[in-house]
Amino acid sequence: MIRVEHFYKNYGPYPAVIDVSFEVLKGEIVGFLGPNGAGKTTTMRSITGYLPPTSGNITVSGYDSVKYSLEARRHIGYLPETVPLYLDMTVTDYLSFMGKIRGMNQKWINERINKVIDHVRLGDYRNTHVGKLSKGYRQRTGIAQAILHEPDVLIMDEPTIGIDPIQVVETRELISELGESHTLLISSHILPEVSAICPRVLVISDGRIVADDKPANLSNRLSGTERIEVGISGSKIDSIISILRKIDSVIDVRSDSRAEQIDQGKKENFLPIIVDAKTNENATENIAKSIVDNGWGLRNLTPLPMTLEEIFLQLTQDK
Amino acid sequence: MKEIKTYFASPMAYIVSASYLAITGFFFVASVSDAFSEATIRGYLAGATFFMIFMSPAITMRLIAEEQKLGTLELLLTSPVKEVEVVVGKFLASLVTVIIMIIFSLYFVVLLYIFGDPDSGPLFNGIFGLLLYSSATLAIGLFASSLSPNQIVGLIVGSGILTSLTIIDFISDRVTGVGSDILSFLQLGASFSVFDLGSLGVAESGHFADFSRGVFSLVDVVFYLSVTIVFLLLTIVILESRRWR
Repeated sequence: MIRVEHFYKNYGPYPAVIDVSFEVLKGEIVGFLGPNGAGKTTTMRSITGYLPPTSGNITVSGYDSVKYSLEARRHIGYLPETVPLYLDMTVTDYLSFMGKIRGMNQKWINERINKVIDHVRLGDYRNTHVGKLSKGYRQRTGIAQAILHEPDVLIMDEPTIGIDPIQVVETRELISELGESHTLLISSHILPEVSAICPRVLVISDGRIVADDKPANLSNRLSGTERIEVGISGSKIDSIISILRKIDSVIDVRSDSRAEQIDQGKKENFLPIIVDAKTNENATENIAKSIVDNGWGLRNLTPLPMTLEEIFLQLTQDK
Repeated sequence: MKEIKTYFASPMAYIVSASYLAITGFFFVASVSDAFSEATIRGYLAGATFFMIFMSPAITMRLIAEEQKLGTLELLLTSPVKEVEVVVGKFLASLVTVIIMIIFSLYFVVLLYIFGDPDSGPLFNGIFGLLLYSSATLAIGLFASSLSPNQIVGLIVGSGILTSLTIIDFISDRVTGVGSDILSFLQLGASFSVFDLGSLGVAESGHFADFSRGVFSLVDVVFYLSVTIVFLLLTIVILESRRWR
């Protein structure tokens, strides 16, 4: 459905995307993960025909995005990062205008508008001016316009950015539903977000693809180590650290830098200690056991998610 | 079309057309209310061409600038629509808006026929010329709108270009030779003799002069159409320029 071959994009002398190749097959839901400025939006804009590649080829449903740009665009539903809405139109007017510029006939438009509004659950707002909608509803209107013309391929740039957590969950569900009938490419800079929706993840960093895998494999690959935050009371911080270091699966133990500052002069430690441990070796259990054996008090034991920066650092170092 | 609908859904259109009617009405009345005055619309045309310098950019300023600001330009340009179609569509929408305003102001003409015996030739020629002149100014306004996501920039640049092209005869009068000819050829419309309320004739120079005198001049028709086309092409080039960046 989407095929990207040796795609390069420069902005002036500055390369934004370097030799990116991938393929998204019919019916796939692919997450496009990367930090801000990695080249996600640029790649998506090139697929949609907004920006032509500096070199390389992009085809959508078999149509070259440059040579047969109009034909390729017909097969794409696109939701850019800033949801493009005409604020002084009602939801229905907006959708009908979008239908018209995509060359749909009036009958088809009317039919689809009703279906699409039901689908994104905007029924109560169909005659509301878009400018008066909340951010989450604007997002839905944006999604509605993207699926209006029954495109084969849906491309969404950060579809859950800037909306409240409840609506994020709803939007995610909506996207998963859409995945049943569309080929989907979704960008995000949040790993759990992508792994919740997408069976396959492309990771892009500094304009290059650094990983293309299932989220499960990806996290295995990433987490040669896992990080755990432990709050312990009942002993001096230094002695706790030295005892924890002796546990088999533990690689490194250090106190949180904040903890050190506050802890000075105190006998006991209530503040978090950070433990890096090997995965799949029951590190958490071992730590808990050690705490009990030493008669300390356990305040908390929390696995810490790795930050995106660390993930990319690891992925790029692997290569 | 979306644009026309939004024009009349916002107060902007009413403000612009009301002031258009007021200003052109003033010039019309001033030009025919003297004793023994001619039954012409030359006063109206003088006012109209002058006011168009500000009105056209005011109408067009939002057309592309706002799309850029809202991000909808990205949507338009990723739809199966060509840049040409976007630009021409917006231009036509603004032209229709102006035509509607001109039609409203035609009661001047009706008044002339009721109370006088106007010469139909110059009259229809003048209105035809006004349409051509409007399309040229709208194309320039649209071009100005494409330059920045900020509407005010579009308004100022558009009025700036139009003003320069209008007062260009001040300069061409002061240089000699071919330069003078070229400059005076570029003069878009009314010369600022409209300010000279004593004589209140429009444009004894510039491409509008012949129209208001009732002379159908092919050169002037071609001139206005070329200005329109050149600026629409420039607008398309601006929209496409994102591809080269």
